[in-house]
Amino acid sequence: MSNLQTSKGSKEQAGLRYPSNGKTIYHRPLNRTRTSELSQASFAYLFSEMVGYASKRIESIQDLEKRLNTQGHPIGLKLLDLLLHREPTRSQLRPLNIIALLHLIKQQVWTSLFGRAADGLEKSSDPSKPDEYMIIDNEPLVNAYISVPKDMSQLSCAAYVAGIVEGVCDGSAFPARVTAHSVGKQQQGGEDGGAGGADGGKEMWPGRTVFLVKFAPEVMEREGFLGKG
Amino acid sequence: MSYYFAIVGTQDNPLFEHEFGSSKQGGDGMSRFSEQARHMNQFIVHSSLDIVEEVQWGTGQMYLKCIDKFFNNYVSCFITGGNIKFLLLHQPTTPVSTASSRSSTSIAANPTSPQTEEAIKSFFIEVYENWVKTIMSPFYRVNMEVSSPTFRQRVAAAGRKYL
Repeated sequence: MSNLQTSKGSKEQAGLRYPSNGKTIYHRPLNRTRTSELSQASFAYLFSEMVGYASKRIESIQDLEKRLNTQGHPIGLKLLDLLLHREPTRSQLRPLNIIALLHLIKQQVWTSLFGRAADGLEKSSDPSKPDEYMIIDNEPLVNAYISVPKDMSQLSCAAYVAGIVEGVCDGSAFPARVTAHSVGKQQQGGEDGGAGGADGGKEMWPGRTVFLVKFAPEVMEREGFLGKG
Repeated sequence: MSYYFAIVGTQDNPLFEHEFGSSKQGGDGMSRFSEQARHMNQFIVHSSLDIVEEVQWGTGQMYLKCIDKFFNNYVSCFITGGNIKFLLLHQPTTPVSTASSRSSTSIAANPTSPQTEEAIKSFFIEVYENWVKTIMSPFYRVNMEVSSPTFRQRVAAAGRKYL
């Protein structure tokens, strides 16, 4: 740790190159792009490339979903601090319990990513799985222009969004596994993720997707401990 | 007053450290730590991480105020949403005694007064803004050491401005 500071002085300028106008990332204001929006066409184009890239040399669908998840994860970590920074000082609070965290994801994260809040938030109705929560999106933006081939029917490209959600959870010290499941077209019972309450509105929303958030045991332990205190 | 500022990552790993002195009340901005104290500083700051972990679940605030004291060293903490800790160790030049602190209201003489708390809060908020900019870089991954000279300049400037 002590040589962390001393080594800087000697070689700090050596390998660094500045842009010609002398502006670095530190000169850019954080709030300028707060309300600006991105063209959906360009996003769809980029996202299809990302899916194409991730689907090279994969062994299984899980493998592909894992890769998409990994691409989304750092975005969640970064987004968490950016959104907290943009909050007014009074409500600049770190989430302390699962409900506050999921509410932050449903409202702030979804609004900043997709321009609207998520459509639902549910707790698993199965009493043996108190650590599972579901975030429901009726029409995920990422799946808008993705048609899944028949032989890959279990694939949901919303795994990318699941990765972002996982990043937000991990960043705020609620380690979790997040997976995306399409429930729109599937028959009842075909969903193994315990999506008990997610069966309404299947006809109306063929692209309905459930993000299953499964928190790590230590989170549940802490939650019980904090709840008592 | 001398300050030692450290950013600690999620694995309790140091990401950035900076040492400076008070610029208020005619201070020259230079720290007055002895060579021996420099090693102690890292030790003290590191040991206060246990207290951070206790305090952080009690409040949702990011600024946790002064959380630890070790003889004449005071440690203030700010915790980001991503669980990165900003720790500032401040050491008044003369040990605080009840008699002298009443006469002086300067930041340097009262490490736990509301004015000092506010000044440190403003410092942390400015550093936090720059920290968010750092992590916005697509090449930055969590728990990477921050080596940007611009970031160091910004931290030093915030220190000059508020402390």
